[in-house]
Amino acid sequence: MDELGRLDTPLHRLDARTKIITTVAFIVAVMSFPRYEVSALMPLFVFPFVLMASGNIPAGSILRKVAFAAPFALFVGLFNPWFDQHAALTIGSHTISGGWLSFASIMVRFALTVSAALILVACTGIHHLCAGLEQLGVPRLFAVQLLFLYRYLFVIGEEGLRMIRSVQMRSTGSGPLRLRTYGSLTGHLLLRSMDRAQRIYCSMASRGFDGQVRVLRRTALGWRDVIFAGGWIAFFIIVRNWNLADGLGRWLTGCGL
Amino acid sequence: MHMADALISPAVGGTMWAVTSGLIFWCAKKVKQAADDRLVPMMGVLGAFIFTAQMINFSIPATGSSGHLGGGLILTALLGPYAAFLVMASVLTVQALFFADGGLLALGCNIFNLGFFPAFVAYPLIYRMIAKDAKSGVRLWSASILAAIVGLQLGAFGVVLETTASGISDLPFGTFVLLMQPIHLAIGVVEGLATAAVVAFVARARPEALVPISGIAPKSLRPVVLGLLVSAVLLGAVVSWFASSQLDGLEWSIKKTTGQEEFQGSDDGIHAGLAKLQEKTAFLPDYGFKKSVEPDERAEPWPAVNAGTSVSGIVGGLITLAVAGLIGYILKAQRTARKKT
Repeated sequence: MDELGRLDTPLHRLDARTKIITTVAFIVAVMSFPRYEVSALMPLFVFPFVLMASGNIPAGSILRKVAFAAPFALFVGLFNPWFDQHAALTIGSHTISGGWLSFASIMVRFALTVSAALILVACTGIHHLCAGLEQLGVPRLFAVQLLFLYRYLFVIGEEGLRMIRSVQMRSTGSGPLRLRTYGSLTGHLLLRSMDRAQRIYCSMASRGFDGQVRVLRRTALGWRDVIFAGGWIAFFIIVRNWNLADGLGRWLTGCGL
Repeated sequence: MHMADALISPAVGGTMWAVTSGLIFWCAKKVKQAADDRLVPMMGVLGAFIFTAQMINFSIPATGSSGHLGGGLILTALLGPYAAFLVMASVLTVQALFFADGGLLALGCNIFNLGFFPAFVAYPLIYRMIAKDAKSGVRLWSASILAAIVGLQLGAFGVVLETTASGISDLPFGTFVLLMQPIHLAIGVVEGLATAAVVAFVARARPEALVPISGIAPKSLRPVVLGLLVSAVLLGAVVSWFASSQLDGLEWSIKKTTGQEEFQGSDDGIHAGLAKLQEKTAFLPDYGFKKSVEPDERAEPWPAVNAGTSVSGIVGGLITLAVAGLIGYILKAQRTARKKT
């Protein structure tokens, strides 16, 4: 994700605020559809597809992450066919219940919203994203916290992995730890993390840190940003108000005449 | 326990975003008032620690399953409630953005469920009351387990309320409660054990680390109680809308802003102009785009079964998906072609 965020495409060059606002508008648009809607959601796939293509973001990496996160939505959504068994749709002699329809709707919404959020990060990068959030009015302390967290996520993560590996090498098998071992292992990791924070603080202080984190990347909104956000939001409004997919289907199948 | 966007309505998501943003602003102000420079790197690194600690599992005796640290409680013990809430909020934000764990619209709900309850309820009201200053022994273990259980039960109940209020999942309230609460009772015990084990170790190895940097708890519980009350009223209001009528979020906002149930285009101006244009250009004479999505139809609990509509919906949906994919593919092909030349 980090490498993707550093790419240089027209999409990456847009202001972070534009992309944040457009993505939020997209998610709200997706979520505002009625619960049995499936076909009307389909035109919205244009948004992630176009962004992935123009931002040079490999679809595989996004898809993998979406699939990885699917179980919770699947878990709650799967109850819908169980509880809602009225017939909602017929194709030939087959009847599809409302529950399956709303389940399909949930999964489509899930794919749309999750991929949009991932693409936002992939085409913005954490630094611009946090700067954009701050410019949008998020407290600076929180924006800086996000940056710090992201910066040390991998450092502490690797430290943790090394500790787990060393425990595994000293014990037979690689099953979960006993609670006692767990307590001291995690406690050690905690103390090491706190020591690291202390060292970071010392090095920050020696470089003149006075409690204020200054964010350098100030960007200005240009006409490209206006066109991007305006165009997409207009598209979302159109898709929300008219079922384009159903219209196309009726036209092709000759139904609804 | 991370909620996905797919199960949340914009009204519920928006309400919880508002509540959570307010809490973030309040906590940021409080942490700033503490004016301790050390907090900035400490919060960042401890957030990373929580991430890592969630990867480390320990075995639960006699069950064959394993558990890990939740994070909210131990953060509050180390940093105090305000900073801990901010750290939990940042952890959940990064999880949502980078790991697709929990949605963006649902972020407000997730931060509230997993951050507010441990930091402002379970720690000050349960853990501190029982453990007092005990750093080991029965007091510490029972305080950790009880606080973790209470925190998770409240959080799980929050998930149930928010999901039910959204009305997207068909899971009845009672069934969902019966599913969520017992599961989280077990998870709470496990999390309590993990928290106590780590706290006991740190208390032995470096007791001074366990004095919260930015104040132990809010001096008065009034803001906490007030916050709970406000969120309860907000949640209650949201739930009752959805219980009383089946307005969806957008319709509600339309009703609120225009004062009428449906948005009706004015008779002159763009709407009428477009309607006329549509009448003229429609390739199918009797076919009204507008008619197919009028809110009346949406409010209908059981959509009418119509074979024609169904087939056209499926055909249209699939083709639109294909077209969307094609647009992406062409754009991509163009980019690579441009790069080669």
